[in-house]
Amino acid sequence: MKPPAHTKGPARWMKDNLFNTWYNVLLSCLAFICLFFIFKTLLTWAFTEAKWGVIPANLQLFAVGTYPREQIWRVWSVIYILCVFVGLSAGIWGGLVLRFAVMFGGIWFIGAFLPFGFSTRGWFLGAVAIIAASFFLGRGRTGLRPWILGGWLLSFPLIMIVLRGFGESGVHTSNWGGLLLTLILAVVGIVVSFPLGVFLALCRQSNLPAIRWVSTAYIEMVRGVPLITILFMGNILIPIFMPGLDINQVLRMELAITFFSAAYMAENVRGGLQGIPRGQHEAAQAIGLNYVQTMLFIVLPQALRSVIPAIVGQFIALFKDTSLVAIIGLIDLLGVARSVIANRDWFGLQAEVYLFAAIIYFVFSYSMSYGSQEIETALGVGEH
Amino acid sequence: MAEHENAPNDSIIVCEDVHKWFDDFHVLKGITTSFEKGERAVICGPSGSGKSTFIRTLNRLEEHQRGTIVIDGVELSDDLRNINLIRQEVGMVFQQFNLFPHLTNLQNITLGPIRVRKMTKSEAEEIALSLLERVDIADQAYKYPSEISGGQQQRVAIARALAMEPKIMLFDEPTSALDPEMITEVLDVMRELARSGMTMLVVTHEMGFAREVADRILFFDEGAIVEDAAPADFFDNPQHERTKLFISQTLQH
Ligand SMILES: Nc1ncnc2c1ncn2[C@@H]1O[C@H](COP(=O)(O)OP(=O)(O)OP(=O)(O)O)[C@@H](O)[C@H]1O
Ligand SMILES: [Mg+2]
Repeated sequence: MKPPAHTKGPARWMKDNLFNTWYNVLLSCLAFICLFFIFKTLLTWAFTEAKWGVIPANLQLFAVGTYPREQIWRVWSVIYILCVFVGLSAGIWGGLVLRFAVMFGGIWFIGAFLPFGFSTRGWFLGAVAIIAASFFLGRGRTGLRPWILGGWLLSFPLIMIVLRGFGESGVHTSNWGGLLLTLILAVVGIVVSFPLGVFLALCRQSNLPAIRWVSTAYIEMVRGVPLITILFMGNILIPIFMPGLDINQVLRMELAITFFSAAYMAENVRGGLQGIPRGQHEAAQAIGLNYVQTMLFIVLPQALRSVIPAIVGQFIALFKDTSLVAIIGLIDLLGVARSVIANRDWFGLQAEVYLFAAIIYFVFSYSMSYGSQEIETALGVGEH
Repeated sequence: MAEHENAPNDSIIVCEDVHKWFDDFHVLKGITTSFEKGERAVICGPSGSGKSTFIRTLNRLEEHQRGTIVIDGVELSDDLRNINLIRQEVGMVFQQFNLFPHLTNLQNITLGPIRVRKMTKSEAEEIALSLLERVDIADQAYKYPSEISGGQQQRVAIARALAMEPKIMLFDEPTSALDPEMITEVLDVMRELARSGMTMLVVTHEMGFAREVADRILFFDEGAIVEDAAPADFFDNPQHERTKLFISQTLQH
């Protein structure tokens, strides 16, 4: 026998949850009135006064900054590389990865119907086609899993090389900008600071005092300083300490962001490590696993899974914090926004431009947050 | 490796003057004893007398600070290679089961054989399934530990230890965390294991089990072995006052 169904209509739901007592009725009415006026003002402004022309006119600037137009194929090549891997992964893993791939492809598909130039829409459609093709190529080939994981790792240096090119014929990193730069800073920061943070957390729990002290000192020092200070220091100190090396500004900022985030990541991971009972370590040792195996197969899978929300929170913080590089002079998404409103042609359009930038930051941050909930459900966190 | 003249040849565990301190607290005060291949020894004694600590030194979950412990001809020292060798020879079952909650019961059992014994996955699964059969819960292989009862979890834990094909099995109060109706099913598995000729050291308060299965009962008090006798002598003719008191107290329950 099935349990009785509990589905209620929206009217019933509102009656039960919003209008069940006299003070709830009062609060609900107040909230509705406030929401009504806020939305009315916002929507009236958005549809009558706002001059949205500034966004499409500067769309390329928002997307890639001053990346030269004749080299834009490099960006598309990078997107296509990603499409290949996303498609293959979706075919091989299915499930959550497949849903992500569908959303990823959906963005390009919708883009193809927006009023962009003819060639741009072609690029968009190409992306959709590549995702679909590599999906069918990878479908069911579970034997390829290790290769695809390795491929993802290798794709990072490959993407950097494609974006940069070589020497004068390439695109110098000072021309990387807009959302492209924001995403590079964030994704590389996340991918590098995560393992670094796990490593630091393990060091902080080490039996060897020297290792423990060094890692504790590092973590506490970094956490005691604002990111903007570290960005300034990275900008100025790295060239002083390594005069021989020509480390460009993007890389300096990337290093600063990564090392900053790793310290926070380490503390999040440490929280997870401390939640693992001693008995788990002992049982692992008792069947003969060594330290690395114990961490890899027993402790970290449990510890990380219990702190997914904190870790993703740190990813989101890192993503938003990349906007601080605009202060150092890089033209990331926020930097583009600032330079657009400084332009005489678009004078007085701060609200439109900043709102647009905010929406983009929100879409990415919320996607990460949503993704983390999905991953938690998929892993059955809290169930076993 | 040092020679131990006074130990009989087929001793698989030889302890000589083993001492252990937790900071200033002297937990093991010179344990000298040996266990033969196939011997089934029950260790009992009051709470805090060092029973757990003693059997945990035998696979280096605790480090002893003085004396020597030799397991199957290999001395336990700081040498990590020796420790890993010995841990493969010595299986352990814990009071709290300590199953890995993120792995299925089957994966709990195959992990050691795959990662330590370097078996292939299919070989390891075959062994694991036959072990689950042996402890009578083959139908629970693909469930997670949180989805089965305590008695079943402890039997999975026994299967996990057996999968490493150990020469010695250590049990630290394997039934103390179980509801009374589940104790029998775990003791049955242990009885079967004893009949198969496994060398077993069992810390337990189950005196019925001790009388029936043990070749020998060791009574611990304040970090030392006070009494060491065959079950018949131990229960009917104890030599020491502490043992007499302990037996009269436990048999009352
Ligand atoms: N990690 C530790 N640090 C400090 N003291 C400890 C530690 N483990 C055990 N002890 C102490 O050592 C003594 C012996 O502990 P042990 O667990 O060996 O006793 P036991 O005989 O197994 O008792 P029980 O029947 O309660 O399990 C106890 O007094 C205990 O408090
Ligand atoms: Mg104990």
